[in-house]
Amino acid sequence: MRKIIKPCGLHCIKVKDLGVVIGGQVILKDINLHIHCGTLTAIIGKNGAGKSTLIKAMLNDISHTGEIEFKDRENGHMQKLRIGYVPQNLNIEKHTPVSVYDMIASYQSNCPVFVRKNRRLYEQIRESLCVFEAETLIDKQVCNLSGGELQRVLLSMAVMDEPNLLLLDEPVSGIDQNGMELFYKRIEYLKEHFDLAVILISHDLGYVKKYADHVVLLDERILAQGSAGEVYSSEAFRKTFAETEVQI
Amino acid sequence: MEMFTVWWEYGFMRNAFFAILIITPLFALLGTMIVNNKMAFFSDALGHSALTGIAVGVVLGVSDTSLSMVIFAVIFALLLNKISRRSASSTDTIISVFSSCSIAVGLAILSKGGNFGKYSSLLVGDILSITGKEIFYLVLIFAATLCFWLLAFNKLNAISLNKTLAKSRGIRINLIENLFAVFLALIVMLSIKWVGILIINALLILPAASSRNIAENMREYHFFSVVFSMFSGMLGLIISYFTNVATGPMIVILASVIYFCTYFYGKKLD
Repeated sequence: MRKIIKPCGLHCIKVKDLGVVIGGQVILKDINLHIHCGTLTAIIGKNGAGKSTLIKAMLNDISHTGEIEFKDRENGHMQKLRIGYVPQNLNIEKHTPVSVYDMIASYQSNCPVFVRKNRRLYEQIRESLCVFEAETLIDKQVCNLSGGELQRVLLSMAVMDEPNLLLLDEPVSGIDQNGMELFYKRIEYLKEHFDLAVILISHDLGYVKKYADHVVLLDERILAQGSAGEVYSSEAFRKTFAETEVQI
Repeated sequence: MEMFTVWWEYGFMRNAFFAILIITPLFALLGTMIVNNKMAFFSDALGHSALTGIAVGVVLGVSDTSLSMVIFAVIFALLLNKISRRSASSTDTIISVFSSCSIAVGLAILSKGGNFGKYSSLLVGDILSITGKEIFYLVLIFAATLCFWLLAFNKLNAISLNKTLAKSRGIRINLIENLFAVFLALIVMLSIKWVGILIINALLILPAASSRNIAENMREYHFFSVVFSMFSGMLGLIISYFTNVATGPMIVILASVIYFCTYFYGKKLD
């Protein structure tokens, strides 16, 4: 993720008629999205609305109907979509002997992490951690990182392969107010300096309004989408968040 | 000095020594992933399935019950994997149900006509009975496992940390997990005759668990696990020779002592 390109705005990702049925129950249906590089799309909705399922379907982790297209708008060429993913949490307990290097190397390379450190890979990982000022964490144990540190590490890993699309699944849990602001700043930096689109599941409507270019209100299907202002003033939005007191 | 070399005079002791030299590092390697993935119960159930495998062989009239034991264990491991992947209820419960069911069937068949005495040696195991041909099989499985570990460990680790993330990186989760289960089944079955059903899980879990107490990364984790495993194996064999105690339990006692030492040492580090 060394090269810094201005987003060209010419690539677009189209989600067409995506639907998910699990155990006979409809979780998602008629999902149509149009996402450009260099934009941040926030997905909001109440618990159980299918937000995480949408991310998993886009990652092909669960079977779904419909398709996801990635096109160069100029010549209409189809390309292979590279997706970076930042998970909600890791399955890791205290005292697990996995360092940040071990974790990233496990996902990025086939050079077995239990034999010895691969110098070149180590340097490569350290460089990519630099993007989010996390290079000092490389030899720390993953289970000992704070919420904010872990998130920086996961973000660095997600952008290592220069993805076209970055999916973030509720990454703001376990982070204080200051950290949240920083997080959104980092996402903004990413979308402005790299040629990628970002889809973010968020619970914080305030930050969504401040940073998102496009907002999607989800509950089984798309109830409303558009700019934050448009979505927040819609009837569906009022109904969904009627019980929660939202300060916008 | 003579006291330390006298055991080497005996062929069966030399065989046992080589067998331990091969088995213990394998247990140490696989143990690291078993402990990280919280699969202790899984490997335990796998060990117990040996009884059922032999029973199935007896019922089918197979002359070599070791073969039916290995085949049954591989099927059993794949089945457990498949079911725990599908089901929403807790894996612990499912494994327990399958494990107890298979033990019961095995015991029922083997004890029919009061013949169970013939098989009871399987419970404790006897490392001194190992033959040269069996050591050859162990060398084969050692080489195969080492290859698998070098090629697939990163993927196993990635899956262990986050399945969705692993899948998004193009890792074939089911394939890798099944391969791991098959290797585990093969190694457990090939060594169960000498180690014994009752304590085989201890040998898989203890070295890795001890290592986890003090290791900070994957290299240390594997290194200490192998060292602890081989050390308690060798020393256990020699001590058991001089004290006339069964070898398996002696090894487990040493491994447990190491575990407690590392546990308190690790506490001190915190």
